[in-house]
Amino acid sequence: MKQQLEEIRARAAAALQSAGSLQELDAARVRFLGKKGELTAILKGMGKLTAEERPLIGQLANEIRADIEAHIQQNVELIKERMQEEKLKAETIDVTMPSQKHELGHKHPLSIVLDEVKDIFYGMGFSVASGPEIEWDYYNFEALNIPKEHPARDTQDTFYITENMLLRTQTSPCQIRVMEQQKPPIRVIAPGRVYRSDAVDATHSPIFHQIEGLVVDKGITMADLKGNLESFAKSLYGEDTRIRLRPHHFPFTEPSCEIDVSCFNCGGKGCPMCKGEGWIEILGGGMVHPKVLKNCGVDPDVYSGFAFGIGLERLVMFRFNIDDMRLLYENDVRFLNQF
Amino acid sequence: MNLSKKWVRDFVDLDCTDKEFADEMTLSGSKVEAFEKEGAALSNIVTGRIESLERHPDSDHMWVCMVNVGKAEPIQIVTGAQNLSVGDVVPVAMDDSVVHGGKHIVKGKLRGVESAGMLCSLGELGLTTHDFPYAIEDGIFVLGDDCDKTLGIDIREAIGLNDTVTEFEITSNRPDCLSIIGLAREAAATFQKPLKLHAPAVKGSGKDVRDFLSVDILNPDRCYRYCGAVVENVRVKPSPRWMRERLRACGVRPINNIVDITNYVMLEYGQPMHAFDLRFLKGSHVIVRTAKPGETITTLDGIERSLNESMLVIADEEKPVAVAGVMGGEYSGIMDDTDTIVFESACFNGPSTRVTAKKLGMRTESSSRFEKELDPASCMPAILRALELVEQLDAGDVISGIIDCDKSNRTPRTLPFRPDWVNEFIGINVGADEQKAILERLDFKVENGLIYIPSFRGDIEHQADISEEIARFYGYQNIPNRPLSGVANAKMTPAQKLERRISATLLASGLSEIATFSFISPKHYDRIRLAADSPKRNSVVIRNPLGEDTSVMRTTVLPSMLDVLSRNYNNRNETAKLFEISNEYIPNGEDKLPDENQMITMGMYGEGCDFFTIKGVTEELLYACGVNDYDVAAVMDDPTFHPGRTAEITVDGKRIALLGEVHPKVLENYEIGVKAYLAQVDFSLLLACGNTDRKYHQLPRFPASTRDLAFVCDADLPVLRLEKMIAQAVGKILENIALFDVYVGSQIPAGMKSVAFSIRMRAADRTLTDEEADAAMKRAIKALSAIGIELRS
Repeated sequence: MKQQLEEIRARAAAALQSAGSLQELDAARVRFLGKKGELTAILKGMGKLTAEERPLIGQLANEIRADIEAHIQQNVELIKERMQEEKLKAETIDVTMPSQKHELGHKHPLSIVLDEVKDIFYGMGFSVASGPEIEWDYYNFEALNIPKEHPARDTQDTFYITENMLLRTQTSPCQIRVMEQQKPPIRVIAPGRVYRSDAVDATHSPIFHQIEGLVVDKGITMADLKGNLESFAKSLYGEDTRIRLRPHHFPFTEPSCEIDVSCFNCGGKGCPMCKGEGWIEILGGGMVHPKVLKNCGVDPDVYSGFAFGIGLERLVMFRFNIDDMRLLYENDVRFLNQF
Repeated sequence: MNLSKKWVRDFVDLDCTDKEFADEMTLSGSKVEAFEKEGAALSNIVTGRIESLERHPDSDHMWVCMVNVGKAEPIQIVTGAQNLSVGDVVPVAMDDSVVHGGKHIVKGKLRGVESAGMLCSLGELGLTTHDFPYAIEDGIFVLGDDCDKTLGIDIREAIGLNDTVTEFEITSNRPDCLSIIGLAREAAATFQKPLKLHAPAVKGSGKDVRDFLSVDILNPDRCYRYCGAVVENVRVKPSPRWMRERLRACGVRPINNIVDITNYVMLEYGQPMHAFDLRFLKGSHVIVRTAKPGETITTLDGIERSLNESMLVIADEEKPVAVAGVMGGEYSGIMDDTDTIVFESACFNGPSTRVTAKKLGMRTESSSRFEKELDPASCMPAILRALELVEQLDAGDVISGIIDCDKSNRTPRTLPFRPDWVNEFIGINVGADEQKAILERLDFKVENGLIYIPSFRGDIEHQADISEEIARFYGYQNIPNRPLSGVANAKMTPAQKLERRISATLLASGLSEIATFSFISPKHYDRIRLAADSPKRNSVVIRNPLGEDTSVMRTTVLPSMLDVLSRNYNNRNETAKLFEISNEYIPNGEDKLPDENQMITMGMYGEGCDFFTIKGVTEELLYACGVNDYDVAAVMDDPTFHPGRTAEITVDGKRIALLGEVHPKVLENYEIGVKAYLAQVDFSLLLACGNTDRKYHQLPRFPASTRDLAFVCDADLPVLRLEKMIAQAVGKILENIALFDVYVGSQIPAGMKSVAFSIRMRAADRTLTDEEADAAMKRAIKALSAIGIELRS
């Protein structure tokens, strides 16, 4: 009997070896372990054994049953694994085929850079103010120390609505409006549209954007202006950026300056972008003229401040290497989609 | 302002390179735009002497010349010019040379005869007969005795085309720097060299000027000073080369000695000068006064101009002879038979000159200087310099003495010397001595705690102005960089937050952002078919627009969007989905600023765009901005839109949005060949109605019950009305109601439609029973039945 059991073990091993599918494994289970299976049939002859043999044979039979069961289980896992592999293989797709996109819109390059500039100034504790685009002559000129018939008016060809109403030529009137409404300390930027009667060409537009900045507090100096605008330039163009101030004249700041940043293309060595200069002019500014403070009811003996103005289009054109300002206002989707 | 290097060296010794000069001047406040060496584009052109001239064997107009260019052997050159003689010294463009305009000259053969180069005209050197009046326009430039005729030397050295011209951008507050002396002063301070000023010396003929001329100023508030001098036996001729050369370098065309002297003095001193013929001055009397009504003057440019009382003129006893500070009258010019002239060196009020020039529509070199407010103190040295030059150039006999009618205030202006204030204001620490030294280099005097401001520095009015002088010569680069200290409370306003939310939402919806001009042509109001009496036709009008296209501030943003859609369509872009956040400008009369209403405009055409696309984008925007409760209704009477495909969205009766398909006639007006869709949303209403605060609602713990209902109603009944009635009838347990079918056809009576909704109900605290759900459905059916809408059987 022991002999027969060992034979079953061997036959089962062979059958399982050749079983290639779950059905064949199932058939093997029925053949060897089923109610009418070979092992069951053998065990029916147990009664004929001696009392000494019976436990030994019984133990052997159980061992063999466990063996076969384990073997079957193992093969089931293998086959399932293999079947899944085959299924996955059959499901293979060409991943290089085009995707289904939900197309996102594209932010206008002016907004991209403006938002970046705003975020930098928010981070430095500035609020964002605004003012009307159609403005009184007083705010645009008079209060900014540019009286009527002042030659500085010539440099800003103005669109007039009435004798006293105009399209603002600069965001600087926001300085006046902020100081009229708010007591120092003041730390604001005021971005917006400005208008000058320049015919449209690659570098001129009758409408463009400026970002005004104003800081008024006790003890504000030109060193603060430099430090603050250097932080801004570093945030916008990277830590290695340097700034350079050149004396200039604006009627509403004194001292005044134009501010260059080291060329973000060549780092200051000189390249076509900076026309070999190593520097690119990006803003103008200065200490708020004491007359302007006084015009707004701020005591220049107690407070001082600095102000600056940035041309947004210039920043945008340099940032994206745009050589024609008209593109910004033509809004061709082939242009917009690039941003 | 163009600066001649030769000229400025009369006043300051400079030993730097041109580049160093440009950089340092820029950093000390005189901005250099560019600098250029004269004749830099010319190369390999030398002086040569014509040794022989022979007819070309094969041409009846060309000549074969042998030219001595300072070498052992003469060279042979063929020329077509007819003005040459043996012995003439001329410019010779050698083999491999470059003449004006970039033309490259190489040796070659002309009709079979070797030519080793080319003889040059003035034009080929970039010059005109104004530079060398004795030369002829259409022939070879034969060098005169005012040139260096050494053979074989660089032509630029020989004729003095070797100056360096530095172009400065002078700001309007520094008219003193619109002069050689002014820039020399800045250069001297920048490079810490002495300024060598020159005191003009005039001999005079001994006759008394008072016998020739008298001057009266009737409007001393508009003419501060008038200096007049007289020169008789005027000998008009070209001025010498050195003067022509300097004028040319500064961009002024040499004319003749008298005119050149006035221009030369203006450039050197910054003081406009005027010379006129004494013959035409009735009574030999200069009267500075305002014009009388009806007076006219024909100015030097030959144009007759009407004058009025707002204008200041120079008159004689009868008539105006010049527009003060702007332009002379036609008879004031120097003519061939002019014998006696008056030199005028005056100072006119800035705004007065500006107004006069503007009203006459002529801006001259003189007026653009006077309008910046010049220094009355420079009238006298300038006229003395002019007279000195007359004597030096032998241009006439100077009558002794000068008529000086001086109404100017000569009290020196002062400011307290407060070095500490300057240090505090700028954030530096520069000692009092150093500050004093800086100021003195600029001709300020510092004495007894006072700063005496030089008369030519009208821009200095305040300590802040002094601080700029200190800062720019201390060096802006030496001011420390101090990051802002202190705490500031920066926050975004609700409107600023909303604007970012709108932009993010629309970008996510697939719309790209555009930027358009805020002014448009009023013709757009016709193109969008606004009614003739529409209040939207009342725009803020620009008085001086660039053109009709940009002449009014838009009262609606739709034309701007349509323009952009049109441009994209005509650029053959298949699809465009766009938005802009921008303003409409609504007039408020002359005494109030216009309203600037922020609008969100959307526009689209092309693949995947229809009415429901733009409606969806609009509704998503409303949800994102926290507007959940609104009404939608058809709009049939907006002329810009399709009468059957346009909707308004209202909140509490206020129109927050308008959207729809563009009217075919409008599409035609904008040359858009496909259907297009527009929407506009009112930003301020969105801000007022939206609530973006969010509260968490517990996730549902009990199952929902869903029922479907189909009703038959009039075909033109808006489904939203049914939906709202059902929602009201179902009440609190309603979770969602969704339209899933609209059917019109054979199984429904004509003129009717079947509308099917799926209604999902849920209670937060228990499982709804079938009975509750069924009861809710009965309520809905009953409610609709009450207005004659029955369940579909």
